[in-house]
Amino acid sequence: MDKIPVLKIGDILLITIQVDMHDQLAISLQDDLTARIVKDHAKGVLIDISSLEMVDSFIGRMLGNIAAMSQALGAQTVVVGMRPAVAITIVELGLPMENIQTALNVERGVRKLKSAMDESDKGFQR
Amino acid sequence: MNQPEPETVDLKTGEDIVSARKKVRTGMIELGFTLIDQTKMVTAASELARNTIDYGKGGTMRIEHLVNGERIGIRLIFLDHGPGIPDIQQALKDGFTTGSGLGLGLGGSKRLVNEFEIRSEPGKGTQVTVTRWR
Repeated sequence: MDKIPVLKIGDILLITIQVDMHDQLAISLQDDLTARIVKDHAKGVLIDISSLEMVDSFIGRMLGNIAAMSQALGAQTVVVGMRPAVAITIVELGLPMENIQTALNVERGVRKLKSAMDESDKGFQR
Repeated sequence: MNQPEPETVDLKTGEDIVSARKKVRTGMIELGFTLIDQTKMVTAASELARNTIDYGKGGTMRIEHLVNGERIGIRLIFLDHGPGIPDIQQALKDGFTTGSGLGLGLGGSKRLVNEFEIRSEPGKGTQVTVTRWR
């Protein structure tokens, strides 16, 4: 069965979704990722969806779930690389994206995560 | 333009949703739809195919290429013989679900297509027909 690789870069876990996701794969990604956050003490999760030609309510819900699960484990999630046609479609579909942080590309996503991580470190020192 | 015979895809598992999406994408590319139109229709197909499997207990999707003079379109017909939908107006409302999803499938896919028709009979099944014109 296909598996989505989870890469570790410093405190960040990077996931690049490159296959047309079927439902079982989406569920196994949630399981793998939460396990890796705990194992690797990750503080941030970056999900690159630039290869996804479509985001439907199932994938949208999965992204929201991952963000919420990571948050519960003390890690922030940023979704990057959404294609313009996908952005237009999910707005018409009515997909709620309020709980999902996004950035244009991986570079900006890393910057967003780093500044969020710095903020939370400062809060911890105080 | 040559008009292929309508094709029917079985919808039983999650992987069938992926093949249904691919078939719709290929058909739309053949018919010369824009990338945004393709994305909308493929997304609608994904929502409706999942409904057919989750709520209709499986069924089929039929793809029809519509080439009628200057008018070019694509039509998808989702058919199941599941329990049916007792209250269609309620089912079309965003956020309404009897399952575990977001309740966007029917209402959301209706917004992504040009024509949307739903027929359902409790105990007999549901048929959803969606059309997008180029």
